[in-house]
Amino acid sequence: MTVTTAPAPVETPVAKRRRLSGSPWLLLAPSIVFMLALFGWPVIQALISAFTDDSGFTLAAWDRLFGDPYFLRALRNTLLLIVIVVPVQLVLAVAMALLVQARPKFLSGHFYLWTIPLAVSELAAGLVWLSVFDSRGYLNSLLVSWGISDTGVQWLNYTNTGTMLLAVVIAEIWRATSLVFVIVVAGIQMVPKDFDEAAQVFGASAWQRLWHVTLPQLKPSLQVALILRTILALQAFAVAQALTGRDFPLLVGETYQWYVNLQNPAVASAAALVVLALSLATALFYLRMMRQQEAAK
Amino acid sequence: MTTTLPPIDRAPLRRRRRRAAAVQVACILISLFMLVPMVLIGLAAVSSPQALLEFPKPLIPSGFSGDTLLAFIQATGTIPALGNSLLVGVYTVVLSLLVGAPAGYALARQVFRGKDAYQVFMLLARALPIVVLSVPLATMFLNTGVYDTVFSVTLLHTTLAMPTTVLISASIFVSVPTDVEEAAQVFGCSRFEAARRVVFPMALPGLAASSIFTFVLSWNEILGAAVITLGHRTLPAQVLASLGEAPQAYRFAGGFALILPALVFIFVMRRYLVNMWGTTLR
Repeated sequence: MTVTTAPAPVETPVAKRRRLSGSPWLLLAPSIVFMLALFGWPVIQALISAFTDDSGFTLAAWDRLFGDPYFLRALRNTLLLIVIVVPVQLVLAVAMALLVQARPKFLSGHFYLWTIPLAVSELAAGLVWLSVFDSRGYLNSLLVSWGISDTGVQWLNYTNTGTMLLAVVIAEIWRATSLVFVIVVAGIQMVPKDFDEAAQVFGASAWQRLWHVTLPQLKPSLQVALILRTILALQAFAVAQALTGRDFPLLVGETYQWYVNLQNPAVASAAALVVLALSLATALFYLRMMRQQEAAK
Repeated sequence: MTTTLPPIDRAPLRRRRRRAAAVQVACILISLFMLVPMVLIGLAAVSSPQALLEFPKPLIPSGFSGDTLLAFIQATGTIPALGNSLLVGVYTVVLSLLVGAPAGYALARQVFRGKDAYQVFMLLARALPIVVLSVPLATMFLNTGVYDTVFSVTLLHTTLAMPTTVLISASIFVSVPTDVEEAAQVFGCSRFEAARRVVFPMALPGLAASSIFTFVLSWNEILGAAVITLGHRTLPAQVLASLGEAPQAYRFAGGFALILPALVFIFVMRRYLVNMWGTTLR
């Protein structure tokens, strides 16, 4: 591998020691070079290819992207998914973390089960829930054998936008709540117990303690989880791909379509840049909010 | 009720018991939510192909058979893709440690101008979607002739893993006390030797744990691998590309096969999970 370590300059030991302690950049340089070459450069390339063609500057790629009926649906679906999934995950993860704090029986077993999805790929999660929501899947089998429905519900049929959204939302909650959970658990462990006990001594109810003592101290963790999850949810695509194919388009899935199936890198770059813009806007928005809150203190 | 006796207030005790029971029930419900889908796809994967076609399906498959899983394993491309996934994962771990760990060490040990700028740069790289990189990288790899190789996927995954590797290894090196390093230097080690002989062995368990995370990251990454390869796909990318024409049995077996490593990873890593994901991800 070529880009890894810069050779150390041949010097006297003393000079070398001073040099190494004096300049951390020697240690940082490989990672900076690597990231500039494989991260900075591609981002610039993406910008260029989305705005140019053989003859120079053009917005043709953007015209095609916005003219494509799938794109607007993908944009709407992606935003809808974030608005539904992220808040549910935050609430569920906080509840799970509080349950862990309550030291239930078989805690380590529960903890293991709750964190398994951390290592499950998006695609696998989609396929798992496909076995449930498929028209001949387990959920419909249950409905039919219990006599609730005659033939089952076509959960993933392209005409049933609502149930498709539901299936993707459930699969996303199943897959990605673990990440929020682990961040919140780490945060809750750093909160000293004294405050909570003090509040208890002064007769605060469980709700009051949660609302006025625990949650405010969890705020940094919740903010991190919020930013991370929103940005990751913007990139969701394999869950929907596994469950519905292109019937429930998402932004990143459209990029994949344009590049792999429609062989159009320029439009794919444009779609990717939309994801980039949304990610940056999200991150800046949250950081702004945090800074304002800090300034208000 | 104990009306004749002096009033003993049992309400708090009862409330406590009720709360403990509610906690148990809630835990079990959440565990079921996490577990049941995995059991179901496991059942689907061990059903015979005929049993998969049945409707309504019984919960316990009418015919057990290894045929479904076997068909998945024998499908074109599965075994090579598995090999590619393993290779890419291992290469990514090695490359990201070689490039990232020194940077983490510098961040942990030294105060210098530009440290904040460097960290912001890394965090920015974390926040940016992989999809933005994939398309231009594919073009770049096409031009340089490394397109559709295990090496190209490795480069992409290392880019993806680099910020996390740097930040996690920085926090690992911070937890190795400076004293031991200084002691080694007092006894005549150079700074580099002290780092290699004393600090590195002490940081090794942490680095090993973070390596497993890097491996999982690479193992699960789909979009980039699907975009920059055709013939050398990783396993998830291979399954994704086959989804269009694959029968249900292939999907279920594939989903199950992709989940199995997750069970092992998390079981091995469960004590590191909170520290590593929780505190270093911010």
